[in-house]
Amino acid sequence: MTRILLTGAAALALTATAAAAKTQVTWWHAMGGELGSKLEQIVAGYNASQDTYEVVPVYKGDYTETMTAAIAAFRAGEQPDIVQVFEVGTGTMMAAKGAIYPVYQLMQEAGASFDPKAYLPAVVGYYTDTDGNMLSMPFNSSTPILYYNKDIFAAAGLDPETAPATWADVEAMSKTILASGAARCGFTTGWISWVQLENLSAWHNQPIGTDENGFGSVEAKLTVDGPVQVRHWDNLARWQKEGVFKYGGPGGGSDAAPAFYAGECAMYMNSSASRAGVMANSQFPVGFGMMPYYDDVEGAPQNSIIGGATLWVLRGHSEEEYKGVADFFSYLSSPEVQADWHQFSGYLPITQAAYDLGKAQGYYDQNPGADMGIREITLNPPTPNSKGLRFGNYVQIRTVIDEEFQSLLAGKKSSQQALDAVVERGNALIEDFADAVN
Amino acid sequence: MQSRRATYRSPWLPYLLLAPQLLITFVFFLWPAGQAVRQSFLREDPFGLSTRFVGLDNYTRLFHDPGYLNSFKVTLVFSVSVAALSIGLALLLAVSADRVIRGHRGYTTLLVWPYAVAPAVAGVLWWFMFNPTIGILPYLLGGLGYAWDDRLKPGDAMILVVLASAWKQISYNFLFFLAGLQAIPQSLREAAAIDGAGPVKRFVTIVFPLLSPTTFFLLVVNITYTMFETFAVIDATTGGGPAQATNILVYKVYQDGFIGLNLGSSAAQSVVLMGIVMVLTFIQFRFIERRVQY
Repeated sequence: MTRILLTGAAALALTATAAAAKTQVTWWHAMGGELGSKLEQIVAGYNASQDTYEVVPVYKGDYTETMTAAIAAFRAGEQPDIVQVFEVGTGTMMAAKGAIYPVYQLMQEAGASFDPKAYLPAVVGYYTDTDGNMLSMPFNSSTPILYYNKDIFAAAGLDPETAPATWADVEAMSKTILASGAARCGFTTGWISWVQLENLSAWHNQPIGTDENGFGSVEAKLTVDGPVQVRHWDNLARWQKEGVFKYGGPGGGSDAAPAFYAGECAMYMNSSASRAGVMANSQFPVGFGMMPYYDDVEGAPQNSIIGGATLWVLRGHSEEEYKGVADFFSYLSSPEVQADWHQFSGYLPITQAAYDLGKAQGYYDQNPGADMGIREITLNPPTPNSKGLRFGNYVQIRTVIDEEFQSLLAGKKSSQQALDAVVERGNALIEDFADAVN
Repeated sequence: MQSRRATYRSPWLPYLLLAPQLLITFVFFLWPAGQAVRQSFLREDPFGLSTRFVGLDNYTRLFHDPGYLNSFKVTLVFSVSVAALSIGLALLLAVSADRVIRGHRGYTTLLVWPYAVAPAVAGVLWWFMFNPTIGILPYLLGGLGYAWDDRLKPGDAMILVVLASAWKQISYNFLFFLAGLQAIPQSLREAAAIDGAGPVKRFVTIVFPLLSPTTFFLLVVNITYTMFETFAVIDATTGGGPAQATNILVYKVYQDGFIGLNLGSSAAQSVVLMGIVMVLTFIQFRFIERRVQY
């Protein structure tokens, strides 16, 4: 709290001294390391491009910390203009109607040129209300894809140019690899919740929850205990015992990437934005593929859903500042800035123009696999089951998913029991949330 | 200690002198504590846009939540294990160091070092050593036929957080025990030795009983430590997992309040914790403070 107050005070002091010259727009973000430097570079580019506004980026820690800090700051009346919030915080932000300034409305009222149709529907669909209005500005969105080690595939006698297409392929190939001794594990994955449950559901056109996965109502219920999900978790538990699958840990699965980089696991499923890390850390040729699917499930593969974060605008600032925000958002959405950010980070481009620019530049020919994510999210027009998901308290529900998955792997629960527990505990959290906001 | 009462010429001076301390207590303790109590009776959305008085609802929900009751159990196991392990080892080390004649200071200094390590750093060190993918200990344990995995096995995770927390606390306990041992008159031990008591007998019948106030004091301090100061260790190692197996009360406050943004429940949990601290402090002042020789 003191830290927040101090930062707030510091930000105020800064505003006071520079206000005479330029209108300051503060942006709290959660991008550390390389991504953080790139973000600052983008902001510097914007600040140099005009002299009416100045965007001040402030790194506030990880996604959870940034969101918590912004909410605490709002309660204290010290909120930033823009805050970067991860996708699972969407339900919470949307419900805070008096605190957020919807982006479509902001763009309109600030008189900025804004064409919602220019944005990729699979990306912005996650962040629109039921009338199709864009509530927050997508900044960094990604989707899970499959990476594989071509050397291990070749050593096991598999075709290194063919990625597994179905889960049956994944299992068969993993067993061939294990039998040949080319690697100690078939595959590993980041984000059990996001990749092996939410995206699994969307990819197979199975509902994650009622009311269009929660888009329609804050009182929606989870439905992830369906036959496809139960079957998949059952397989994962069995594969873990057989050595086909290696668990990478809860949350993002911090042990998954090292196991792939070290050649311990032949395949790795994670965000398309992990591409830069994979390319930098692997000493072997990397192959790319779409997420596997069960070919006997009707409608699979459908389309994958995104993760990542968007920029929310908070209320309580001057009209001048909001004009600056709108101007900055227009800059961020421009094809050049978008293509540059997308190509640097592996995050998806948010506009069709940025994707087309990348194609025209020949970027995807030179960087195979860089468009795998875009191909997945645009594979089919999104259905109510594959548009995304939106539930209150979803940050905690993600933890519940991890906990129940651990119980499954530890052999304490069957996959049906584990997923039933996810639904039951998750629904209690959703009810709690609905109760608090109503 | 001869004259407890000092007299001041101005009746305001003592209050003036106390004021800074009182102000700090008010700002950093009473005010936030009052806020927590207030918040624990409210249900609020994260942004504070709609607030509703719900009476004791947050508390009743809490005590009907299996996760919270589990957290009590976990905290009990964790506290007792850490306290027993760190007090036991510290006593052993202190008795050994007390007997060393040459290089006594060197040992003492080395044994005190871990106390200077920040809890988060201690957590990371142990997490690293026990990491199933890159750690050295799972590799060695694997050689012995044990598949260590603190991310999946609740028992392994508990051992990890207990070791990391106890390791840090041993130094503190060691210092108190060493001081306690040195306060025991040499003549008592010599008299016992002359009467024919061996080292073990001397320890059991003379040294340990004389150390009992210190031990009791350390027990309370250690339990307080495990309940409230091990947050960083848990956060850096298991994050309360797997499946809440190491989710101690203080960590749950953080998880529900800061990650889950459920302020009402989090505040109610803080109030419960505050009650526990009060009881522990009461025990310490009422029963122990007067007997321990520092």
